[in-house]
Amino acid sequence: MSPRLKGILFRMAQAIPVVIGVVVIGFVLTRALPGDPAVYFAGAAADAASIAEIRTMLGLDLPLPQQFLIYVGDLLSGDFGQSISTGQPVIADLASRLPASLELTLVALLLSCAIAIPLGVMAATRPGSLVDHACRVLVTAGVSLPTFFTGVVLIYIFYYLLGIAPSPLGRLDFIYIEPDRITGFYLIDSALAGDVETFFAALRQLVLPAITLALFTLAPIARMTRAAMLGALSADFVRTARAAGLTGRTVRYTYAFRNALLPVVTTLGMVFSFTLGANVLVEKVFAWPGIGSYAVEALVVSDYAAVQGFVLAMAFLFVALNLLIDVTYTLIDPRIGFEAS
Amino acid sequence: MLSVTNLAVRFQTRRGPVDALKGVSLDVASGEILGVVGESGSGKSVTAYSIMRLLEAGGQVTNGTVRYGGVDLSDPTENQMGNIRGREISMIFQNPRAALNPIRRVGDQIGDVLRRHARATRTTARAQAIKALEAVRIRDAAARVDAYPFELSGGMCQRVVIALALACDPKLLIMDEPTTGLDITTQKAVMDLVADLIRDRGMSAILITHDLGLASGYCDRIMVMRDGEVVERGTPFSLFTAPEHPYTRRLIDATPRLGAQIRELLPVEARTPLPERRVEDEPLLQVRNLIKTFPSRSGPVHAVRDVSFTINKGQTLGLVGESGCGKSTTSAMVVRLLDPTSGQIIFRGEDLAATPASRFARDPRRARIQMVFQDATDSLNPRHTSRQTIAEPLRRLGDGASDERIAELADLVGLPLPLLDRFPHQLSGGQKARVGIARAIALDPDLLILDEPTAALDVSIQAIVLNLLIDLQARLGISYLFVSHDLNVVRLLCDQVIVMQGGSIVEQGPAEQVMRNPATDYTRSLVAAAPQPPALIDAAQ
Amino acid sequence: MSVTTGSPGTFSHIGYVLRGNPVTLLSFVMFAILIIAAVLGPLLVPYDPLASEAANALQPPSWAHWFGTDNLGRDVFSRVVTATRLDLMISISAVTLSLVAGSILGAIAGYWGGWLDAVLNRVMDTIMAFPLFVLAMGIVAALGNTVENIVYATAVINTPFYARLVRAEVNIRREAGFVHAAKLAGNSDIRVLAMHIFPNALPPMMVQMSLNLGWAILNAAGLSFIGLGVRPPTAEWGIMVAEGANFIVSGEWWLAVFPGLALMFAVFTFNLMGDGLRDIVDPRQRT
Repeated sequence: MSPRLKGILFRMAQAIPVVIGVVVIGFVLTRALPGDPAVYFAGAAADAASIAEIRTMLGLDLPLPQQFLIYVGDLLSGDFGQSISTGQPVIADLASRLPASLELTLVALLLSCAIAIPLGVMAATRPGSLVDHACRVLVTAGVSLPTFFTGVVLIYIFYYLLGIAPSPLGRLDFIYIEPDRITGFYLIDSALAGDVETFFAALRQLVLPAITLALFTLAPIARMTRAAMLGALSADFVRTARAAGLTGRTVRYTYAFRNALLPVVTTLGMVFSFTLGANVLVEKVFAWPGIGSYAVEALVVSDYAAVQGFVLAMAFLFVALNLLIDVTYTLIDPRIGFEAS
Repeated sequence: MLSVTNLAVRFQTRRGPVDALKGVSLDVASGEILGVVGESGSGKSVTAYSIMRLLEAGGQVTNGTVRYGGVDLSDPTENQMGNIRGREISMIFQNPRAALNPIRRVGDQIGDVLRRHARATRTTARAQAIKALEAVRIRDAAARVDAYPFELSGGMCQRVVIALALACDPKLLIMDEPTTGLDITTQKAVMDLVADLIRDRGMSAILITHDLGLASGYCDRIMVMRDGEVVERGTPFSLFTAPEHPYTRRLIDATPRLGAQIRELLPVEARTPLPERRVEDEPLLQVRNLIKTFPSRSGPVHAVRDVSFTINKGQTLGLVGESGCGKSTTSAMVVRLLDPTSGQIIFRGEDLAATPASRFARDPRRARIQMVFQDATDSLNPRHTSRQTIAEPLRRLGDGASDERIAELADLVGLPLPLLDRFPHQLSGGQKARVGIARAIALDPDLLILDEPTAALDVSIQAIVLNLLIDLQARLGISYLFVSHDLNVVRLLCDQVIVMQGGSIVEQGPAEQVMRNPATDYTRSLVAAAPQPPALIDAAQ
Repeated sequence: MSVTTGSPGTFSHIGYVLRGNPVTLLSFVMFAILIIAAVLGPLLVPYDPLASEAANALQPPSWAHWFGTDNLGRDVFSRVVTATRLDLMISISAVTLSLVAGSILGAIAGYWGGWLDAVLNRVMDTIMAFPLFVLAMGIVAALGNTVENIVYATAVINTPFYARLVRAEVNIRREAGFVHAAKLAGNSDIRVLAMHIFPNALPPMMVQMSLNLGWAILNAAGLSFIGLGVRPPTAEWGIMVAEGANFIVSGEWWLAVFPGLALMFAVFTFNLMGDGLRDIVDPRQRT
């Protein structure tokens, strides 16, 4: 078996204890708390009878180890509980609202990388220049911005004062009809249906929330790119390349940048973590019907199952994303399989 | 073909401008190898970087010219300079593994250089790269060409670096400390290879090194530098037999070599008479059947296989070998930082191996065996002043750290008292070495283990530290276990010597005898690989 | 330990660092402003932060009300200054908890390795397997909607950063010469770890700590923004932005902007302080 393949399988195997840990934490948060979980699940408006009903239905009077097995069994069959506000299984709610969040997150991340990575590279290759100073200011200021605040300020400036942004009421202005659901991504679905007007309408709604989210992630990505590039440019092997007469371009991109990408890829994992959290805040500000706002609405009405279902689902999503990033890293860095074998 | 006239280079540092070169001139004729020798801070590397126009951002050429083949090298643009680098003038650096792109195949890296200078196309690059690897005598080049640097040994990485530098047939090769960090035998192999290639291709070369012995073995002429200036020039023979400048004389004296006594390493004025030393018959340390096996994913690693030796009171035993031979593991076990898998360490009649390493720190015998460590920067806590470093053992195991005792120790090791309140980063290499020694002798130990204590020091500082060690031994009656890879140093200091290879003792006996008449082939190859100054080689012939 | 206090001129070194880097000096001045606002603010504010006066609602900034009034007629300036104490308290408590817990766990794992290390890594990986803000949401929702729980939740999600950092720093130095020398000088393993290795991890920890203080405030404010932890009528920057966001679309910007700016000021201060703190604690910065 090639060492690379071994490396990939090794990484996947490492994810298993993490998944187990996630399940255990999920269990603790939903069943093994001080107080009576049945009260939480029944909701604020329940009476004693429905609380007792919920208790038996969820098996909350059984010993803990048995509860754990039931819990794991439920998860494996996709049962994340029932939402008291929508009356639907939590997993169905999440599945229907997930594409909205993913579309927003992916567009924001693409935008962010498209700006931050070149900015970091330029700042590193032109030290002391205007670009370098701009990058440093951006990085220091950027990590100080509260996401929800920037969203609010952007709405004030671009919607209220300048009137160029549409009203922050979700994914599509009410005069448009949702495109037929193929992927759930409005941009893709409307493009596939050839509906140009809806495409641009969806895009217009996306702009402000995506920019808000992107601003948040610009800073760590730019900072890491700049640091990694600086490190690579001062490495011994770059000195060898220059001493051998390789052109500045080759040295910067084939030699320095490719090596610098490795730590940037690892940072993306961290950035994803922050983004999935910041998603919740941005969705609230822009009334975006994703899983983040679903969780916030559930919190308001004390829909306990929905909240914890959301937490668990996000964790699994995040584990999957991290695994993807790890595997990508293994493919880029030839040393990994060697160490693992 | 290369002519440097009055080169001056200035660096802008945080503490103001520093003149790294103050008017350096040199000439390299066609087909000759010039050696540039100097200690740290002499400016030898800066000279090379200036010739190639590879100076770091803070550096600037403030005066002087560099002419190659009649062309002033400050004229070409950066792009044109790129044409010259690699094709006319090439450079190789120390630390070969770090000098190669870790995520790019070796053949691709050579191919990049070949294509840059139009010596190959995309289709022919691989074949040409294989040829370049074969030229540096890498076996099985066709397989190695697709390897990544981490898959190759240190010596092989250095050959790849040489292949890269010579791929486009340059006329001048600059080598900046190419053998530092390599084993002695690998060192010789690499230098012989380079010397052969240079002569076969009719190239010229500049060899930059701190090792005068190495330079004299391979260079036609040598130039000695100090503090950014050229101090003396000459052929190796003339430099060694009739040095003119006092600094050159000091350097030559300080280089450990065959037939020299320890005091002769110092400048004439400092040669006080050797103190009386007494080596007793009574054994202080008896190591019996010491074995250390480490578990690892690819099977057990036998780091130390059944090693036995004795050190008498007042004696110095040398432990010699190349990297991976088990000498560091052995010394770690003797000083009780590591537990042996089996075997006995009998010290003053008691088996120390019976007490596990984790409990030995609080054992009453802890103070009797101490150690001087290798890398003086790493061996001092960056957050402690010299005073705190020396005081630590006194506070923990001794009678307390009185100012008098600390001053007394500083005096013994020749450390000026004001330096006691400085942090390690404010001290020079030699000063840090002294602090390390003061700390080790603070508790008056019976046995001192010295693990390559002078490996990282300049040769003139090394001479001072070695003499200090001899004086301390005579004064305090300590026994030494001296671990080193440098045979010449071991020969100067040690009564007995042990040669290790692959975890076993290959040869042992009186130091002078083992060095002069080695009984085994391995020892013979080690002794042959140690660089010697020419006068002595000639005298011996 | 006592390294920095035992050696010459700790205060003169602090002065040297502050003078050398104007950005550091600025950040310390900003920090001083925050501390004064937190400690003395509630005593010095012109209006009672909780006193509502319906008649005076939604007044834009004026001489009488520097930051205007909110929808219940409360003075925004007084509320912003009073909120400093709560927000700083939450973040400082949370970071202190996570720093202590993370350092101890990381030091043990980095020094002794083996199964302790493996277990710690798995636990930290599991915590970091959750998007951190989401985990905080889950913890507060599970434990109850109080300010203490925000502190605990924030502490839990911040601990892995310290644990990983300290573990790495201890691991690098575990085989260093001075560590072996400390053992030769008669120090037991625990003393070597606590007195010799760990202090060397302080400089990078300072930078991490300042970043974390910023995150902790943003975290707490974010949780309040979505309705967890802090409840009206308490004055806290996050909840003020949440309440103010409803009014910004109709042009009353001062309710949300001023608390938001205060948030930015605090986080920015902590971020700037990071490098300065590291320089003070790092002996290599002394000449």
